[in-house]
Amino acid sequence: MATTKRTVEVALSTTGLDSRGRPQRVPLVTDQSGNLVPVTASPALEPELEGDHMLINIGPQHPATHGVLRLVLELDGETVVRCIPHIGYLHCGFEKIGEYRQYNQIIPWTDREDYLNSPGNNVAFALGAERLFGIEITERCKVLRVMAMELSRLISHCVWLGTFCIDIGAFTPFLWIFQQRERVYTMLESWIGARLTTSLTRVGGMAADIPDGWTDDLENFVRTFPKVLAECDAMLTKNAIWVGRTVGLGAMSSAEAVNYGLSGPMLRASGVAYDVRKDFPYLDYETYDFDIAVGQAGDVYDRYLVRLEEMRQSIRILEQALKRLPDGPVNVDDHRVILPPKSKATSDMESMIHHFKQVMEGPRPPVGEAYVAVESPKGEKGYYMVSDGTSKPVRWRIRPPSFVNLAAIPKMVEGHLLSDVIAINASIDIVMGEIDR
Amino acid sequence: MSATFIPIVAGHAEGVDAAAPVTPKNVPHHGGPANPSAQALMEKFGSAVHRVDVVWGETTVIVERARVNEIVRWLHDEPSQQYDFCADVTAVEFRDLELPIEVVWHLRSLPYRRFLRLKALIPKGQPLAVPSVWDIHKSVDWMERECYDMFGITFTGHPDLRRILMWEQYKEGFPLRKDFPLRGRFSRSEQLRQALSQNPEAKYSMQELSIADAFEDLPRDMRQRLSAGEKVGE
Repeated sequence: MATTKRTVEVALSTTGLDSRGRPQRVPLVTDQSGNLVPVTASPALEPELEGDHMLINIGPQHPATHGVLRLVLELDGETVVRCIPHIGYLHCGFEKIGEYRQYNQIIPWTDREDYLNSPGNNVAFALGAERLFGIEITERCKVLRVMAMELSRLISHCVWLGTFCIDIGAFTPFLWIFQQRERVYTMLESWIGARLTTSLTRVGGMAADIPDGWTDDLENFVRTFPKVLAECDAMLTKNAIWVGRTVGLGAMSSAEAVNYGLSGPMLRASGVAYDVRKDFPYLDYETYDFDIAVGQAGDVYDRYLVRLEEMRQSIRILEQALKRLPDGPVNVDDHRVILPPKSKATSDMESMIHHFKQVMEGPRPPVGEAYVAVESPKGEKGYYMVSDGTSKPVRWRIRPPSFVNLAAIPKMVEGHLLSDVIAINASIDIVMGEIDR
Repeated sequence: MSATFIPIVAGHAEGVDAAAPVTPKNVPHHGGPANPSAQALMEKFGSAVHRVDVVWGETTVIVERARVNEIVRWLHDEPSQQYDFCADVTAVEFRDLELPIEVVWHLRSLPYRRFLRLKALIPKGQPLAVPSVWDIHKSVDWMERECYDMFGITFTGHPDLRRILMWEQYKEGFPLRKDFPLRGRFSRSEQLRQALSQNPEAKYSMQELSIADAFEDLPRDMRQRLSAGEKVGE
């Protein structure tokens, strides 16, 4: 097929020289009286933008909103005047479903709620259920759970750092840090068989003890991970672009942060030294030697620094946990809550009864209620459970840290530029699975 | 950086036990030491405090429904209490439908490292309404909305009480109530049809429409839909 060549002829006039000495050329147009005149951008042709606010929609299908979050923004030029968030696109009714499940059957749901922190959620739920059952877990189980919690804090912060870099425009640290995240997932896979949806714990113990040689992998990881973290730190912390895109954005004062219920790194970046591990400890966290990082200005940059320091502290806790990991049983010796070995179920009458009762009916806690909070990577994650003495909870409530942190986003973004909304939103470290549940 | 920046350190109020807190062990089911704030509440509010329970080491104070806002404000402002962190607001409905619905507040005092559970009971047949504590704790904004969305409990005084997780035109009621079936009230096909017909991204609330103050400023597709008689979300 022959192609036709067409040249667009535009009449030009030279109006002067530009800064490099080249002629500036302006298209000529015919005016009303038939004369050729150079095009001039008359001010009357520009729409009057002052005072006219624009309504724009970010999301719900937008990669920088970290899930199905929809923000309706009122813009004055490029400045955000008002922000109205809409959530609920991922609502699955976890709490309702939990009222129809036995306690151990709820654990898989906790994987899927804050899906970047599955092992941590499993441990948190098991701690809550054990309070409700009145069970004291074994020493080995405590240390294994601390390892699980700190590893899940690391993978959650790895995802946060990687996606935050992408949002701001840095691609390289994303690749570095996701390789490390992959190593943790490989370790979790060899421990429990699953990578993302771990279902690591059971009420009264763990689903499995660690395999032989697993601690060597962990030691290797603990030794090498800080180097990668230091590389990311060197790449970003004093990078002019990074600093320019993060400093001074979305600042919350300490009193505001407490009043708005922020928790976790968000709260500590605002200068509030509050960590559930230190102030309302669980799993013997008071016996580990670690510091909590506290920011100074409560802006996006401080949140970044706080999370980076938290990763280093997690490594410190992991080192101590590796040293103290005791031998002994993982699960409590109480067959009303923990299944006896499967081999005994067909040879021992009592074991068979326990199997039957637990599988068909489930363990029954006494009447009561418990709110157990842990320090998840996003903040204070609480599980509130109410039992009426049956094997299923009357009410299973998740206190989602991202949900409360996100509720403060209108306060944080107002007065900032549209492009900063993305950075502020990324700094909250939201997971829509947890917000919508 | 900011002029209002004052560092806050948890557990540094006067008179707090200097020893670092430890993991609770062998917590008794009932009894054990109660949170001292419960005693202070009884002295201050007298008959408005109905009962104090200690269950699994956590102190629960059941208070009169109408005075919740006053009690939370006192706990927040009183220098000897300083409950400055509202961790959670939720509700509990029991399977025994004769039991009252409980509205639960989980409060923390960061300076004193205390945890307190406040409860207000709504007996059967009474209107599901409790005072909002939004004017004291801004953190309850979305949690009260969620509680309204899931249980239908009205928090009087909340400035923007509308559905949050379910869409605004949701017709099936309040999902976490015990009389709501697990699968929903409508058939699966009807639920799917309603969900697909929502197109919530194309809907704006009246609040949002007030931003685009003139009808001409709206996107053309919205203008067409509105002039065709479609109702905006509210």
